[in-house]
Amino acid sequence: MTAAALFPHRLTIVTGHYGTGKTEFSVNLALALAAEGERVSLADMDIVNPYFRSRERRSLLEEAGVRLVAAPQALSDADVPALPAELHAVLEDRMVRGVLDIGGDPSGARVLARYRPRILKEDYQLLYIVNANRPEVRTAKRSAEYLRAIETVTGLVCTGLVNNTHLCGETTSEDVRHGVNLAEEISQATGVPVICHAAEARFIPQLLDLALFPITIRMKKPWE
Amino acid sequence: MKREIWKGSEAIAEAAIRAGCRCFFGYPITPQNEIPEYMSLHMPQSGGVFVQAESELAAINMVYGAAASGVRAMTSSSSPGVSLKQEGISYMAACQLPAVVVNVMRGGPGLGSIQPAQGDYFQATRGGGNGDYRTVTLAPANIQEAVDLTQEAFDIADQYRNPVVLLADGLIGQMMEPIVWKERTPRQLPEKIWAASGRRGRDHTNFITSLLIDAPACEAHNLELAKKTAEMEKNECRWEEIMLDGAEVVIVAYGTPSRVAQTAAENLRKQGVKAGVFRPITLWPYPYARLKEIAALDTTRVFLDVEMSLGQMLDDVNLAVAERKPVRFYGRCGGSIPHVSEVEQAALEAWKEVK
Repeated sequence: MTAAALFPHRLTIVTGHYGTGKTEFSVNLALALAAEGERVSLADMDIVNPYFRSRERRSLLEEAGVRLVAAPQALSDADVPALPAELHAVLEDRMVRGVLDIGGDPSGARVLARYRPRILKEDYQLLYIVNANRPEVRTAKRSAEYLRAIETVTGLVCTGLVNNTHLCGETTSEDVRHGVNLAEEISQATGVPVICHAAEARFIPQLLDLALFPITIRMKKPWE
Repeated sequence: MKREIWKGSEAIAEAAIRAGCRCFFGYPITPQNEIPEYMSLHMPQSGGVFVQAESELAAINMVYGAAASGVRAMTSSSSPGVSLKQEGISYMAACQLPAVVVNVMRGGPGLGSIQPAQGDYFQATRGGGNGDYRTVTLAPANIQEAVDLTQEAFDIADQYRNPVVLLADGLIGQMMEPIVWKERTPRQLPEKIWAASGRRGRDHTNFITSLLIDAPACEAHNLELAKKTAEMEKNECRWEEIMLDGAEVVIVAYGTPSRVAQTAAENLRKQGVKAGVFRPITLWPYPYARLKEIAALDTTRVFLDVEMSLGQMLDDVNLAVAERKPVRFYGRCGGSIPHVSEVEQAALEAWKEVK
């Protein structure tokens, strides 16, 4: 299944708890859509994390034809919640597919509230990323609480769950399956459907029964 | 055991709670805000106290007060914030109060940058505040070690009645890695009979002060502290040796640069250059004795010290090697991380120079 078919809406808003893998997923989704010939902009709207943000992959994204919309270099490490004006172009230009990489937790998602009136006029999906190996959100109950809290601060409705369960370099296909169960439990508790399961391409042969979104690790550590 | 993914700063906070820390006082600063954020939620749930103080000075002096009452207490900050805490650390060392101070280092000097750095090596290992004292300085290179050392830090602090510094660079605080929560065996620790925790039937009042206005009394007190310093130097030294078997070029690095150095050494080994990594885990006490032995080996030809600062640990490497072998240096600073290729190149040049 193509990325455009898995994620058919013009705007994809990527939210979730800290460290569930939102940036990794967002960078991969933007690259996959671009590879399918879509015009893609990736908006780095993370104003809560100082490191490991999608803006650190600017050259990779730009070489793949993805427009990166992020705070200008002068403000990139300024430790202030600055957002670029070009963000409006992503929200308003209906010829462009937008991937919005949002900072973690309700505190990171709060940034969306300001754009809510515009987003409501657009064809959007708001995703909630699930990672069963993150201690704060490993139960369906806690995960659902975070999901509802993100909806509350943004005034937007979550439309889909993406299982992105991993253990960094130690991930196995079993971790992904563990996340499948959690995603389904969250889905039952919230009524929000599971869209797909993100997994490194090397696990595809063991996970053929799942709706997969294959990813390649892009947010590597300096020694990897 | 179940593996979980933790962010460094959160893991340090949870490790402290599991080690019995019951008081956290802090003031926010990037890149360690997840420590107070995590503490603000979880410390009250575990029956402890979280206070966001009005400043770093207030926070460290709250730690002083809590530690004086015999409670396990901690504060955390990043470089410029830790500079502000030095007075309190000196006072706690003087008063023989156990506490844990976490420094998630960023670029300096001054306010510097918010990206990872190691420019606080001198401050952490040489005392930092005024007077004759040292603090055991623990430098994790991965999140599992950050967890283990945080828990160990409280035991070390209690054993020697001395502040302990956990010195992590920003990347250790911000990155995520899988960890397990191990069953640990706490040290046998003396009862805190010195604590100012209420008289409770004692025949005397415990009094805690760093003011010893009579010079001979102050000197005698310093000599007592020096005995503890010697004990810590004797007992608490830690390091890791990575691929040092037959290594001709020995890269010395701690924290994030040691991870970069390990990848560089692996790459060099593939090219036929025998490279290895010596990783100090305690920066004070420094593993001089073992590094001296390595310097004396016939196979060892040259050392390369790699830091995210401009040659601070280099002083200790030079003290240990003592001109037995050449010591070269490669450093980035201000928030820049050395690339694997840069370290590889520097090691290769050092190796060729002495070949």
